[in-house]
Amino acid sequence: MADLINLIEDWIANLLLGWGASEELTLFLLQTLGSVLVIIICFVIVIALIWVERKLAGRIQDRFGPNRAGPFGIFQSFADMIKIFTKEYVTPEGAEKGAFNIAPVLAMASVLAIWAVFPFAVNVIGADIHVGVLYIVAVGAFGILAILMAGWSSNNRYALLGASRSVAMLISYEIPMVVSLLVPVLLAGSTKLSVIVEAQQPWWFLLSAPTAALIYLISSMAEIGKAPFDLLEAESELVAGYHTEYSGMKFGMFYVAEFLHQYTVGALVTIFFLGGWGGPLAVRWPILGVVYFYGKSFLIYLMISWIRLSLPRIRIDEMLNLNWKFLIPVSFINLVAVASVDRILLDLALPIWIDVGVLFAVNLLILLAALYLAGKSKPALERKEFPPRPVAVPPGTER
Amino acid sequence: MQSYWIYIGIFLVVAVAVPIIAVALPVLIAPNKPNRRKEEVYECGIETTGNIRVQFKSQYYIYTLIFLVFDIETVFLFPWAVSLGKLPLFAVIEGVIFIAILFGGLIYAMRKGALAWY
Repeated sequence: MADLINLIEDWIANLLLGWGASEELTLFLLQTLGSVLVIIICFVIVIALIWVERKLAGRIQDRFGPNRAGPFGIFQSFADMIKIFTKEYVTPEGAEKGAFNIAPVLAMASVLAIWAVFPFAVNVIGADIHVGVLYIVAVGAFGILAILMAGWSSNNRYALLGASRSVAMLISYEIPMVVSLLVPVLLAGSTKLSVIVEAQQPWWFLLSAPTAALIYLISSMAEIGKAPFDLLEAESELVAGYHTEYSGMKFGMFYVAEFLHQYTVGALVTIFFLGGWGGPLAVRWPILGVVYFYGKSFLIYLMISWIRLSLPRIRIDEMLNLNWKFLIPVSFINLVAVASVDRILLDLALPIWIDVGVLFAVNLLILLAALYLAGKSKPALERKEFPPRPVAVPPGTER
Repeated sequence: MQSYWIYIGIFLVVAVAVPIIAVALPVLIAPNKPNRRKEEVYECGIETTGNIRVQFKSQYYIYTLIFLVFDIETVFLFPWAVSLGKLPLFAVIEGVIFIAILFGGLIYAMRKGALAWY
């Protein structure tokens, strides 16, 4: 009874073998079933999240949010879904049809594909490959390609500008993201996700690498393009950015991908820094681990929503300076410090709680020093010298 | 091990197929009455003139070039990070020097004004 998911898996496998299916076919069918299940759960989560997000946004902005369709408006997402499925597709003239149609599919697929390698519980792991972290980074980058394709093929100036902003912004923020991912990798000594999660079972990496966790959260918030980093679709400047010309379900795919990406970031933060499926009794009852995993991801999701609903959008030069002149240097210094301290601690062979304490202190020191130095330096615009502004002088009073 | 990659292959096929089905479904049930006015490129209600593919800041390209340097670098750092516990101290210091050289490159780019956005 303890291991419900594997029990069901074995039952289906035995059932198929009993019907005379070969072992390869059984494996293939089971894997197909697993991937379809994971993807369907993703879509169900998104439908729920859209309602949660809108309700939360409503309460934070002092209004009700959806409250008409069903009790507390819980059927709002279904109503929107029916509406969006019956909308006409409009393709702008001069658009490059191929790229225009592939882009929304690619945007959705790139987010979904990340879910292939997640460890959901102690023995419920998608594909436990050795290069799990690299797979996540590589597949996640396809989302940027989708944005570029959408912007370039729409034949619209706003879309083009939004897409080129994504070049400057999304790929820039990928560097601190990947560098801060190196910290859990070196602490666990593997890029295998299951090993990373098991390595942080009593002591989460949030305790031994808080700076990396913070940098990872900030840069992945930029990666999902939500406020305060939603410059690639700034309404007041670019209409809707790269998806200005999209309509109907093609727009819906971008919309759903954005929500799912935010939840995926929550799941990634959970895996790398919050102990994944870890929690009380999670090893004994793996089904509890699945609950913990989805629950922690949901909490991070709510936190990102809270941040995005509280902060205004920042300017593009501020955003790029934050990345190149703060996050990248801090993440590299943090990586070097954690690597050397961890190497020295490994030789000393102290009890684990002292290791964690020392690493926590080192991280905190780096973070505070970086914030102090950043606070002391003047913003770039104040340092720049502008020519004096022409002053309007009333006629007759000139000297 | 091999079955994991088969699983990823199946997962990728499903992950591409589901959005394709979702995008293709409205073709069957949604109305489709295109006309010239509807298909115009959106530009705040006025007609678009000139070439859409406008010139824009060269800064975008410079950022992309610097990104490429750092992105390749981080890929090289992954094997180093994985085997950190098994490496002698000398190899750890070498990795730190490698990061320091790239860090010097970042400061050089910053000093040259490659990262300034006007």
